[in-house]
Amino acid sequence: MSDEEMERIVFRPLVYSGRGFYALVVLLSGLTLLGVYAYITQLSQGLIVTGMNDEVIWGIYITNFVFFIGISHAGTLISAILRLTKAEWRRPITRMAEAITVFALIVGGSMILIDMGRPDRIQNVIFFGRMQSAILWDFLSIATYLTGSFIYLYLPLIPDLARLRDKLKNVSRFKMWIYRKFSLNWKDTPEQKRRLELGIGIMAVLIVPIAVSVHTVVSWIFGMTTRAGWHSTIFGPYFVVGAIFSGIASVIIAMAILRKAYGLEKFLKPKHFKYLGLMLLTLNIAYLYFTLSEYLTTGYSGPEAEALLLEQIFGGSYATYFWIFAVFGIIIPAFILAIPKTRTIGGIVVASVMVNLGMWIKRFIITVPSLAVPQVGLEWGMYSPTWVEWAITLGAFSAFSLLFLLFSKFFPLISIWEVKEAPATSDEVSE
Amino acid sequence: MNEERRRFIKFVGLGAAGVGIGLLGFSNLSKLLTSAAALGPNDLKMRKWGMVIDLGKCTGCGACTEACQAAHFIPFNQEWIKIYELHDNPLAPSYHFPRPCMHCEDPPCRNVCPVGATFRRDDGVVLIDHRICIGCRYCMVACPYSARYFNWGDPPHTPEELAHDYSPEEPWPHQRGVVEKCDFCVTHGEKGMLPACVIGCPSGAVYYGDLAEDAVSNGKEILRVSEVMRVRQGYRFKEELGTHPRVYYLPRG
Ligand code: SF4
Ligand code: SF4
Repeated sequence: MSDEEMERIVFRPLVYSGRGFYALVVLLSGLTLLGVYAYITQLSQGLIVTGMNDEVIWGIYITNFVFFIGISHAGTLISAILRLTKAEWRRPITRMAEAITVFALIVGGSMILIDMGRPDRIQNVIFFGRMQSAILWDFLSIATYLTGSFIYLYLPLIPDLARLRDKLKNVSRFKMWIYRKFSLNWKDTPEQKRRLELGIGIMAVLIVPIAVSVHTVVSWIFGMTTRAGWHSTIFGPYFVVGAIFSGIASVIIAMAILRKAYGLEKFLKPKHFKYLGLMLLTLNIAYLYFTLSEYLTTGYSGPEAEALLLEQIFGGSYATYFWIFAVFGIIIPAFILAIPKTRTIGGIVVASVMVNLGMWIKRFIITVPSLAVPQVGLEWGMYSPTWVEWAITLGAFSAFSLLFLLFSKFFPLISIWEVKEAPATSDEVSE
Repeated sequence: MNEERRRFIKFVGLGAAGVGIGLLGFSNLSKLLTSAAALGPNDLKMRKWGMVIDLGKCTGCGACTEACQAAHFIPFNQEWIKIYELHDNPLAPSYHFPRPCMHCEDPPCRNVCPVGATFRRDDGVVLIDHRICIGCRYCMVACPYSARYFNWGDPPHTPEELAHDYSPEEPWPHQRGVVEKCDFCVTHGEKGMLPACVIGCPSGAVYYGDLAEDAVSNGKEILRVSEVMRVRQGYRFKEELGTHPRVYYLPRG
């Protein structure tokens, strides 16, 4: 592909927006505003407008929190690990993955604020924070991760911003201002390049342990309690694997949509889908393995409360959810991804959508039933989310998509300079 | 075990604080803010408030719960002392089981609180400072006895309740978005009075007193705790969790 052609394709979304774009912005903004309206309702009346109660203390806000923090692992794994292992095929997809991380963290983090009874006192976490609480660990590690992934998204953007600054005409003043300001006087000198590569390299090394720590401490919020189903030593790695699993699925979905919408077929080839699909399959099997060892160990000889919980999950009031997760979130995607005939772009995307739906449900099964198990006596807790909770959830997904959509209109989705620099020996990106 | 665990948690906390931004220094602020400090640490340290509940006497009438709700101005859905019906095994008959806050010596609720709103006084009473609580409800998740309640909406108010000066020891007027629980009627004890539930129980099943003095009372008789625990083979609920409750139970029969 020639330079001109590459730039033409990648720059197109930045200079031209069709009707579909505006329609989508209106739709997503509307749904986000619906969520905002629901949140205002909750602010004015209290959490009583939710389905949560003194038994089932946390609900789908926490489910969303775990889910979004989970998909935020997309950026790290795809980008940092593939960069560190020098996998050349990563080049056209890193930018999208990194952007998903930043937006998923923003949306996931705000879920905690939405769940709080007194969001007006959030500053207490800083003024009175106690390091002994797992919530503090979460605040620190998520804040670190957000900062880190922001830098990690920004650094590789610099040369591309400079290119936009130099080559783009007829864009709004505001956009030009962004490109000029944030390209930091980039002139593509060897010295600048060296420093940039160094910075990116350091960030890639740092971001991997930070990301692992994030989902580990998310799991520890649950693991540090004595609740049935939560007090488990494998929760840390179990959550990390689950996070990477749904993270990869999210990247695949985003890639498929943007490929179609912006005509990126020349960059995002079947090969990319196939590689990511195989990674997804690996994580699928790993997650299945963790799920098996978790349930089998507690179910075989766990205390009574664990047995009651598993009974409800496998055959009781949560069975429908669990089996939807197991069949549609794990087993069917595994077959789609494993059989070469179904491992087409379409098949991989379908599997990814199923995986993400399944993983949302799995987070629900982690959060809610453990709280519903009676700790004293025999009475189970009940929970059904209200319209406020669903509206906020819908709003969160819309806000996430909207942020990503707007990002795609301001910044190139493909890291042009990195694609260009792919070694000639690898035909994977520049055939 | 208890000391060890606390030391472990402290150790983890200190280590993390060193690596982090040294927030630990702030944690003592919340203590300073509580009126408990005004009493003088020495007076408090000598006390060890505790409870003994005689399950043989409890009829499950719920008078303790009602007396508590009236004394604390709380709505009916909050049962700071709640009567459960427990059934230990298929051959044993079921029995009534009043559950207040256990005022654990190593309280999980306090350990997990991110802002130190839940704290433990030197006399062992576990309280909540509702001026600091952020309503994350992590403490409710952590309490193994389901002893905590949340003000999901605006709590109902009465003029008398609203006229009162708030303190964690007498935590009203109540407010929305924070966690509530049994406060062991701690100001009653300081005035030489018994808690509302003890006075309210018509069968005299609930005893309260200073475990350091080895004496508890239900208003009619005084029991020597060590003696009655030995004779009746008393126990603490969920001893295996290592929370070290300050509430002791005497089994039926
Ligand atoms: S019973 Fe629950 S609320 Fe009371 S001190 Fe123990 S853990 Fe805390
Ligand atoms: S709800 Fe309040 S008392 Fe409970 S852990 Fe959170 S801040 Fe602490």
